[in-house]
Amino acid sequence: MKPPPFVYHRPRDVDEALDTLAEIGSDGKILAGGQSLVPLMSMRLAAPAHLIDINRLSELAGIRTGHDGVEVGAIVRHAQLERDDAAFATQPLLRQALQFVAHPTVRNRGTSVGSLAHADPAGELTAVLALLGGRMTLRSTDGERTVAAADFFLGPLESAVKPTDLATSAFFPALAPRTGAAWTEVSRRNGDYAICGVGALVTLDDDRRVASAKVGLISVGPTPVVADLSEPLTGQPADAAVFDEAAQLIQDTLDPEPDIHATAEYRRHLAGVLTARALLEATNRAVEATK
Amino acid sequence: MTELHTVELTVNGVPRAANVPARRLLSDFLRHDLGLTGTHVGCEHGVCGACTVLVEGAPMRSCLLFAVSVDGASITTVEGCTGPGGELGPVQQAFLDCHGLQCGFCTPGFVTTITAYLDENPNPTQDEARHAIAGNLCRCTGYQNIVASVLRAAEIRREAGVKT
Repeated sequence: MKPPPFVYHRPRDVDEALDTLAEIGSDGKILAGGQSLVPLMSMRLAAPAHLIDINRLSELAGIRTGHDGVEVGAIVRHAQLERDDAAFATQPLLRQALQFVAHPTVRNRGTSVGSLAHADPAGELTAVLALLGGRMTLRSTDGERTVAAADFFLGPLESAVKPTDLATSAFFPALAPRTGAAWTEVSRRNGDYAICGVGALVTLDDDRRVASAKVGLISVGPTPVVADLSEPLTGQPADAAVFDEAAQLIQDTLDPEPDIHATAEYRRHLAGVLTARALLEATNRAVEATK
Repeated sequence: MTELHTVELTVNGVPRAANVPARRLLSDFLRHDLGLTGTHVGCEHGVCGACTVLVEGAPMRSCLLFAVSVDGASITTVEGCTGPGGELGPVQQAFLDCHGLQCGFCTPGFVTTITAYLDENPNPTQDEARHAIAGNLCRCTGYQNIVASVLRAAEIRREAGVKT
């Protein structure tokens, strides 16, 4: 089907975009990559009366990598962030997870900030931001504010972005020393939405035992699930047997919804298997980092 | 009365323009407004990949782009994936050589996707070739001959000394 008609706005700068947003309020949507919005419109699941196209706002086009982390502007494409070597060196989980976001063709247009604002419970970056304890910067005519990842995802397709807000950037903290990161997921077909996906961060101590461990999961709840496993794992050997036990703990806390793609039980099973796998892979990378 | 926007694109090296409503998808802009029917529209919601075109050289699904949003861009469609003299381009020739198509509906999306892929990865393995086409659906071939076509196209490019 074709998208319903809308009034098209192409602001020249962020301030003009914010003014337009303030004027049209909940009748408007921001158009960035559009890789989620356009299909929703074509399927007539969304019919915004106004679209505000931010694709030409060069002030939102940058990736800023510093010692503290990676700041990603609102029109940075997934593919651009995935290929950015400085961003990868600072926070490898970004590239690791982005490789699982849809297909390369979609990543060439879709934006990382847009997918966070969209807050799809199957969106890889939601769990990446939550796992890393990142934050979003939102602007409106009332000013600028930052929202921590923990407060940003409110429900399926619902984030803290209000109708008059423009999400201008996302900040992903840098990888800590002696730490490894990994992302793994299972989908029915290459590039499909994950039935379950897990990201892991493992920090090792001087004896290569676990100093801290944390995982972030997608597609097992209305919002990304973050579980800090430092309590059961600190001081333990970083091996498969220990991680299998930790995975069991996580499985027991989850209450995923069944749908046409997978039963709740299968999702829970995957969450366990993938958690153990991600922890092990992150450990291997942490070992590399401590060499 | 729907407001019309003038959209100017360079399509396969030729400047083209049309006045269209904002909701005009790039896929429909190419087919209906410019008469370039090589780009096929399958699912029209970003799943099948048949409508893939190159925007500034990068493959994108034209059914997920509003024409007005890419105003000013350079677009390459399957019609533009030819050799310099208008003969079949390496990917097109490879599909012919390897029987990479049957009904041909999905082919334009494959040809554009593979053309851009080989620009970046001129010597793919069979596994990489399969991964490269994972975002495009074909209901006829079972993909074997399309994978073979990717490898054959890489070979043709090497033989022709395409700069990589």
